Amino acid sequence: MYAADGSVRPPYAGVAKWLAGVNPEQLELRRLEAELFYRRGGITFAVYGDTQGEERIIPFDIIPRILSSAEWTKLSKGLEQRVRALNLYLADIYGKQSILKAGIVPEDLVMGNPAYRPEMAGVAVPHNVYMHIAGVDIVRIDADDFYVLEDNVRTPSGVSYMLGGREICFRLMADLYRAHRVMPVDNYPDELVATLRSVAPSHTDNDPTVALLTPGQFNSAYYEHSFLADKMGIELVEGRDLFVKDDFVYKRTTQGPKRVDVLYRRIDDEFIDPLAFRGDSMLGVPGLFNAYTAGNVTLANAVGTGAADDKAIYTYMPEIVKFFLDEEPILKNVPTWRCREPKDLSYVLDHLAELVVKEVHGSGGYGMLVGPQSTKSEIEDFRARLKASPETYIAQPTLALSTCQSFVQSGVAPRHVDLRPFVLTGANGVTKIVPGGLTRVAMREGSLVVNSSQGGGTKDTWVVEL
Amino acid sequence: MLSRTADNLFWLSRYVERADYLARILETTSRLSVLPAAYTGDTNEWTSALATAGCLNAFLAIYDKPTAETVTEFLAFSDQNPSSIRRCLETARFNARAVRTALTQEMWETINGALLDLQKMDERQFTTGNISRFTEWAKDVSLRIYGSGYRTMLRNDAYWFSRLGFFIERADNTARILDVKYHILLPESSSVGGGLDYSQWAAILRSVNALTAYRWVCRESLRPWLIADLLILNEELPRSLAACYKNIADCPDSIGSAYGTHGKAQRQARTVLTALENSLIDQVFHAGLHEFLTNFIADNNRLGAAIVEQYL
Repeated sequence: MYAADGSVRPPYAGVAKWLAGVNPEQLELRRLEAELFYRRGGITFAVYGDTQGEERIIPFDIIPRILSSAEWTKLSKGLEQRVRALNLYLADIYGKQSILKAGIVPEDLVMGNPAYRPEMAGVAVPHNVYMHIAGVDIVRIDADDFYVLEDNVRTPSGVSYMLGGREICFRLMADLYRAHRVMPVDNYPDELVATLRSVAPSHTDNDPTVALLTPGQFNSAYYEHSFLADKMGIELVEGRDLFVKDDFVYKRTTQGPKRVDVLYRRIDDEFIDPLAFRGDSMLGVPGLFNAYTAGNVTLANAVGTGAADDKAIYTYMPEIVKFFLDEEPILKNVPTWRCREPKDLSYVLDHLAELVVKEVHGSGGYGMLVGPQSTKSEIEDFRARLKASPETYIAQPTLALSTCQSFVQSGVAPRHVDLRPFVLTGANGVTKIVPGGLTRVAMREGSLVVNSSQGGGTKDTWVVEL
Repeated sequence: MLSRTADNLFWLSRYVERADYLARILETTSRLSVLPAAYTGDTNEWTSALATAGCLNAFLAIYDKPTAETVTEFLAFSDQNPSSIRRCLETARFNARAVRTALTQEMWETINGALLDLQKMDERQFTTGNISRFTEWAKDVSLRIYGSGYRTMLRNDAYWFSRLGFFIERADNTARILDVKYHILLPESSSVGGGLDYSQWAAILRSVNALTAYRWVCRESLRPWLIADLLILNEELPRSLAACYKNIADCPDSIGSAYGTHGKAQRQARTVLTALENSLIDQVFHAGLHEFLTNFIADNNRLGAAIVEQYL
């Protein structure tokens, strides 16, 4: 929100003025209203392993995060480029593998990756799209550049909080909202369903049947699944509502079986089909993978996309963009040490106290070390793990992440934020990004961990025309 | 629509309706139990309440003796009773969350809001003396869920499956309360007369929300055969078996028309409705009130089975 010299950056002029005119009591009142909105709406998530309350609400900070439309234009171009490259990369590693042959990405890193699905090699996915929905985590370190922290191209979640946050701002922050020209995000469900319809298998008529496949109401993101299905006007199905016959997928309805053409699946690869992957999965649909490889149903995202959002692959993203697009990457990568490489490992081991170390296959902020905020014994503990299997870790500097004024217990104070915009890719490579995304905020002072499972909150993200 | 969705909607409605019925049983029983014994006889009203709620055996598996305290706890809050008001509303909300997309925002917020209220509620504040505060709340919740659906749902299959749940449960409840109390409605018991029967009769009417209706329809003091006539055959009374079946028959008919096919469910509903329409209360008593009600409950269950077979 503030520039290096302490002045208010231009996009935040309105917010700064507004903040000067409200007192903490008024803010607290609005915060409570927002909480009530989430509670009443059942806008909740579950934290695994938490036996206390099984449904929690995500803290919502009412002070919006603001980007100028000029900043957004640059960012969205970068996102589009990155997602385009990732799609080509996936098509390549499951196809000709030219990037491996060229020696750009080490072969063992790809083929040895548990998220790489050998079953997908040589499979033609409908319209050649692998990641229909991508959530790219962006951070800012300075006023000029956007850095990618992480690509999420399996089943990225959080978009319902983007839309929910906007709804709250409409209701509670009308005064501030009116003072800005905020670009809309509410068309996201329309864009999503249009994207999904566009990638239906070629045999379907003009009116493909799209459904959202959820693991069910005990999943942490169940609210989002039901919310999106509702806003898209498509059926929310569970594995037990579907069956496969002659390599076609059907849903069980009150009028008998009905064919399903596109599944927006929010179930991980391992669980989608007990016959093809984990046999103990109760969530999936037996035979679904066969129907998929036969080309009779589109899965969004494709099976095996996890091979692209690995934190080890992440380090090669600049090369991947150059290799497939012959362009300079617009978005930067955060400098990263690959612990699999001896030189990097020894640097990391020497500087553990100042680095962030992450598991290559981890997500959700689990299993990571934030050096500057860890005790000596935590660091030593981690050092042992790192030495035992260096190839499963990467390390990054602790970044001076940008902060945004947030309303916390002590009043209005700066908190670290990141941003997850959602990038949609449909048939013919058509990309759609609604202006904004989910801003996640670390609600604890100094904390850099924004994950909701670790006590992070969210903010509405406004892209404004100045 | 998904068969599972239809199933969830159906049961969501049944549980909401049942919560309402349980609330009214509790209220009626509390009222009876404070009358002097001379007016209620030596029967234990609380045993009767459990029988009417269909959970006497479940109760006796846990408690020795039905008392005001134990029955109130059991019917209102008990976790061990799948048909306590609390559990009914929890199950309804569980079903609602599973079919979130088939509900309107208003319906969902009503159900979800009720659950939040319930979670915040301190059950210890309720005693047998003030339980009406809880039952009033439960009735209000049920009414709001029913009403928000009526007001906001599209008139498509989801709506009709949901209504079907309300009406089938309602018919079942009315039939059950009549069957538990049928002995005091038999003509010979009227010779006993006096305050005792009067309170019991009034209690039956109260538990289906029909005491005032009785006065408007029958315009005389309480007579058992008139009560039976009102609760079984009078189509004007919303909780009578005949009125419920008029509504019930409409649901499968509407679904059938939308789908363009009619089957067993439609035939079964129409058969029961026609039988009710062509009955006279004298014949019902003549053939045996208890037998009549037992048959009705079985027929009502058969309709449920036909729906499952045809759609779910």
